[in-house]
Amino acid sequence: MLGSGAKAAKPSFVSYISPEEIHVKEPIEKEVNPHLLPGEQLLCEASTVYKYIQEDGSNRGTYGKLVCTNFKIAFLDDDSTSDDNEPQFKNKIIGENDITLQCVDQIYGVYDEKKKLLTGQLRKYPEKLIIYCKDLRVFNFCLRYTKEEEVKRIVSGIIHHSQTPKLLKRLFLFSYASAAPNNTDARNQTVMFDTLEDWRDELERTKGNVQYKAVSTNEGYRVSEKLPLYFVVPICVSEESILKYEGRGIPIWCWSCHNGAALLKMSAFPKEQDDSASQMQKAFLDGIYRTIRKPPYELLKTDDLSSSLPSLQEIQTAYTRFKQLFLIDNSTDFWATDVKWFSLLESTNWLEIIRRVLKKAIEVVECLERQHTNVLLIEENATDLCCVISSLVQVMMDSYSRTKLGFQSLIQKEWVIGGHGFLDRCNHLHKSDKEEAPVFLLLLNCVWQLVQQYPPAFEFTETYLTVLSDSLYVPIFSTFFFNSQHQKDTTATGESLKTQSGPFRFLTVWDWSVQFDLKAQAFLNNPLYAEKPKPEKSQRKTARFKHQRQLSLPLTQTKSSPKRGFFREETDHLIKNILGKRIGKFINSSDEPPNNFREFYDSWHSKPVDYHGLLLPRIDGPEIKVWAQRYLRWIPEAQLHGGGTIATAAKILDLMEEVQNLQVKMDEEHSQAVSGGIHAVPMLRNSARLSSLFPFALLQRQSVKPALPTSTWKDLEDEDDLVKRDDEFVDLSSDIL
Amino acid sequence: MASSSAPKYNSHSLESSSIKRTLKDGANWEKSEEIPRLPGETRVTDKDVIYMCPFNGPVKGRVYITNYRLYLRSVENDPVVVLDVPLGVISRIEKMGGASSRGENSYGLDITCKDMRNLRFALKQEGHSRRDIFEVLTKHAFPQSHNLLFFAFANEEKFSENGWMVYNPMSEYRRQGLPNERWRVTFINEHYGLCDTYPSLLVVPYNATDDDLKKVAAFRSRNRIPGCNQVLSWIHPENQAVIMRCSQPLVGMSGKRNKDDERYLDIIREANGQISKLTIYDARPNVNAVANKATGGGYESEDAYPNAELFFLDIHNIHVMRESLKKLKDIVYPNVEESHWLSSLESTHWLEHIKLVLTGAIQVADKVSSGRSSVLVHCSDGWDRTAQLTSLAMLMLDSYYRTIEGFEVLVQKEWISFGHKFASRIGHGDKNHADADRSPIFLQFIDCVWQMSKQFPTAFEFNEQLLITILDHLYSCRFGTFLYNSESVREKEKVTEKTLSLWSLINSEKSKYTNPFYSKELNRALYPVASMRHLELWVNYYIRWNPRIRQQQPNPVEQRYMELLALRDDYMRRLEELQITNNSKISNSSASSTSPSQMMSQIQTHF
Repeated sequence: MLGSGAKAAKPSFVSYISPEEIHVKEPIEKEVNPHLLPGEQLLCEASTVYKYIQEDGSNRGTYGKLVCTNFKIAFLDDDSTSDDNEPQFKNKIIGENDITLQCVDQIYGVYDEKKKLLTGQLRKYPEKLIIYCKDLRVFNFCLRYTKEEEVKRIVSGIIHHSQTPKLLKRLFLFSYASAAPNNTDARNQTVMFDTLEDWRDELERTKGNVQYKAVSTNEGYRVSEKLPLYFVVPICVSEESILKYEGRGIPIWCWSCHNGAALLKMSAFPKEQDDSASQMQKAFLDGIYRTIRKPPYELLKTDDLSSSLPSLQEIQTAYTRFKQLFLIDNSTDFWATDVKWFSLLESTNWLEIIRRVLKKAIEVVECLERQHTNVLLIEENATDLCCVISSLVQVMMDSYSRTKLGFQSLIQKEWVIGGHGFLDRCNHLHKSDKEEAPVFLLLLNCVWQLVQQYPPAFEFTETYLTVLSDSLYVPIFSTFFFNSQHQKDTTATGESLKTQSGPFRFLTVWDWSVQFDLKAQAFLNNPLYAEKPKPEKSQRKTARFKHQRQLSLPLTQTKSSPKRGFFREETDHLIKNILGKRIGKFINSSDEPPNNFREFYDSWHSKPVDYHGLLLPRIDGPEIKVWAQRYLRWIPEAQLHGGGTIATAAKILDLMEEVQNLQVKMDEEHSQAVSGGIHAVPMLRNSARLSSLFPFALLQRQSVKPALPTSTWKDLEDEDDLVKRDDEFVDLSSDIL
Repeated sequence: MASSSAPKYNSHSLESSSIKRTLKDGANWEKSEEIPRLPGETRVTDKDVIYMCPFNGPVKGRVYITNYRLYLRSVENDPVVVLDVPLGVISRIEKMGGASSRGENSYGLDITCKDMRNLRFALKQEGHSRRDIFEVLTKHAFPQSHNLLFFAFANEEKFSENGWMVYNPMSEYRRQGLPNERWRVTFINEHYGLCDTYPSLLVVPYNATDDDLKKVAAFRSRNRIPGCNQVLSWIHPENQAVIMRCSQPLVGMSGKRNKDDERYLDIIREANGQISKLTIYDARPNVNAVANKATGGGYESEDAYPNAELFFLDIHNIHVMRESLKKLKDIVYPNVEESHWLSSLESTHWLEHIKLVLTGAIQVADKVSSGRSSVLVHCSDGWDRTAQLTSLAMLMLDSYYRTIEGFEVLVQKEWISFGHKFASRIGHGDKNHADADRSPIFLQFIDCVWQMSKQFPTAFEFNEQLLITILDHLYSCRFGTFLYNSESVREKEKVTEKTLSLWSLINSEKSKYTNPFYSKELNRALYPVASMRHLELWVNYYIRWNPRIRQQQPNPVEQRYMELLALRDDYMRRLEELQITNNSKISNSSASSTSPSQMMSQIQTHF
């Protein structure tokens, strides 16, 4: 590390260490080689690159080599002495100085102290490179001491490989899959929904199998390339109808609620110019509605999400503005934006979108749960906001979706197999900015609100959600790199034919051991989770008939039984169904949904929470928060030494460990065995001093100097006369003798 | 519970249960017909009214007024709706409507409270029905304006602990290692002759004589309050740097100087053995300090104090703070601003002021902790912003103040004994609700403490409940703790003899106020991050009356932790038993305990 020699400069991104200071430490020309994955190739490199430590706005940093491969951009520290203090939470695939090509958001060059966005061909090469990442890291590289040749190669290489359109088959996914055939145990416990059996199990689990059936009509993709091979429709829907409009206008089943009401989705017909065509479509739809509106089906409510929720364009705009608030260049930047922080946040509209989406999900839940009606979500392709709402509804109503396996299966069902266009929405190939929209991130942000409002209700932690969001940009897993099941199947077989190695077997992101060792995986599990009986395959199907909450701890005081939500008493259930139906009909006729919503919402919140029952997010202004872990984790100014939620979480983990050790000892005493010395490895040493950014803090500040705002003064324009007054007006002049 | 038998989605049960949720703050239902009464509390009157609940609509009930509280019990609602309000929180009572007013429930009383809520009661229009209740309420809510005593003087409660014993200035200074060879204790203010807003016992530089102090006091004074000189608040145990507090110097337009004051500051500077400049933090914005010269005040100029460095901390005056809180109330009561919550919150400036106060305190603490210089803090008078800054800096530097007892000492010392004018700022028992002296300075301090405890959830021995209880009794007048403006008045009124201390209540049931996550850490400076990214509105205090806003009590994380603690203790006990039985080789003892693995299977394991 370059010591404090460079510290004197002003804290601004435009200042550089002066040339005189460079001899403080001559860069050592030593061969540091990047760690390459199977199939990864080094494309270009540059040495004597100076990476700023974005710690205190000073220009401290390290020299090293900047490389670009077909998978990532990496900075290799010349001074690799820091290896001895291995972080507790480490990604095995992506090091702290690695940026996958898909994770690069924007690249700026600095020319004569001016920032310029770099996109295509460059005529002049910058003195400094700033890389903004989609996981919100910011890298500052100084290229002043790098040979001109190398600067040219690395800058144009990085821009070419990370910012320009590329072909799907050029994704690292394929090189990796052919170089490292997937030998991991294919029997991942997450339900993948790529077989008819998976859908039948899900129907059985949710008791939807009376009215709905899994169909294989789309085998060979003869219905549509957008639909999965297998899906579920109402029993009364015929194969001909499904085939008629490539699956459009067909209600597709998402999930069934305990009272039999189901959540359905449908891709709408595009606006038809031809009048007779649209007449026919209308007739077709009427026919469909007629069949699913009569018994045994419940009343049906339809909700056109394209008109009741913000458009994808609005979502994209909001997120673009929002993330910008967290891509902080330096300390000055941080404090300058701090003054107007709340209005800046509000002006992005991102939190308001989250609120509206959560509200919509509650409305749907109200229909299913209380009015006992089926809900049909409609959207152009039923693969964007439909996925968000249907996933949220299930997370709120089905406690299985709040377990790790359940949540992963849900993502498989609604998103991966459901046909969300990850490739286009994440713009992984830089094909078209117009298609880009952070729809999946929107879901994770909404789920996070629930996780932070109801910590004991989820088996996974916010850290899980954060690393899941990061995994969107890691192209060794197929999960988030295709637009549809069809695309994955055809590309996989097509590409593998060329290499003659049989179809590709890709890794799934749900195999967390690929990214994290066991110790790190522990951070994904919520120690506060109040567990239900082990969700073994056979048990899982019947899990929802377990009425009592199984307490994971014997000492919880029995509360007055919360009688609401998913796991209620059977009789109660029955009465409510009858009541629900009647109320539902009544309300339908009176046509006053907003009050329904408010009453349902207030009524639920006035009762104690059953963490295994129905869960409704709170959506009042102060309740919708910024997902601090994801968005603030790389900003040193936002770091609390020994504080944050991690401080309490660490104490809980420590205590659990203590309890476990005691248990081992007790077993030993019981069996009178000689103590075997099997003690759990302490997870968090010195937990009191952990940073609030843990487990993500890239650089834990060593100093205990407090972070001080640099710009705090703000005029209180409107209160001028008050401002000028003294606390208590007294003329003191007479006092002086 | 009775409610569980009620039909689930019936709107009636919705209303009552949402009222029930506000249990801890005074509105809940009770089965018993008893009206709660403290020893010494006497019933004055009662009357049938309609409580106009802003969240649940009109509630028919009977209101009971005692010399301590207003208590309402509904008569028709099942379950019963209850409102329990100490009269001390009442800031203003207004009549609404006239005898001829039309419209339902338009005739009655409107009560503005100091604790972020308003109460509205409707009465029958016939026969001036509200006249007597208005008079009774006015009389007992504003005893000071009616030559009556505070309820604290009638309170006959008994507690197992005596809170008046918590703070003893001498032992607190001794804890800090004072007096020593550089600092001495002086009784010059024993009869409050030097400064009637300061405590009788002061710590001053060893090299300053009592005569010096008198001369300095003259320069640091104002006609009403002669003698507020620089006295020591806290000394760093290692580097001996100190935090001093005082009021502004009387510089005036002509730029008066005072050799004694200048020399005195030099003595302070030298007292920690450092040669660097003394740092002076003036809490005010620069412009205000300049403006104060016009009225005879001012700040330490560089010419007069070449060995001192002056910084302004830009904290606004008491009037700005009062207006800010008023705006905050507007956006949270009775309804929370929905769609533009963040910009509304920003427009109140409340958190911005919190940020400035915290930033100032961090600067003070950091300066002292660096050991490079002692620090002198003042604002205009030295009892508002100064108290906020010194007490918060001490909280950051000294982990003792983060314990329950230590925090009580801190409040008692920096606020109560050093003359924060509680009576004027709160307006205890005073009907003049528009008094410009009122300001939520102490509330702001407690809010800052809450922000710190939120950022460092394991660093404080006390929990949020303690802070809320302190604020509730800041207004209630049930205890003598916060009554009157200064130690000298309190002595005159014999407060410690005739009233009870709030700390008696708290120390008698400490477990209620204890943070289970507390881990004791000595000598660790705790710097909060004074960034809007971390500052939050204290919802559980400011929006606690609104049943729609979450009040997770008990906090599920905390509850879970307590369960684990209990489990650990249980295991430890069992283990001990097992070891005893195993050691005594009695093999036939397994009947008493179930297998621990059986129990353990219910704890999930992630490792």
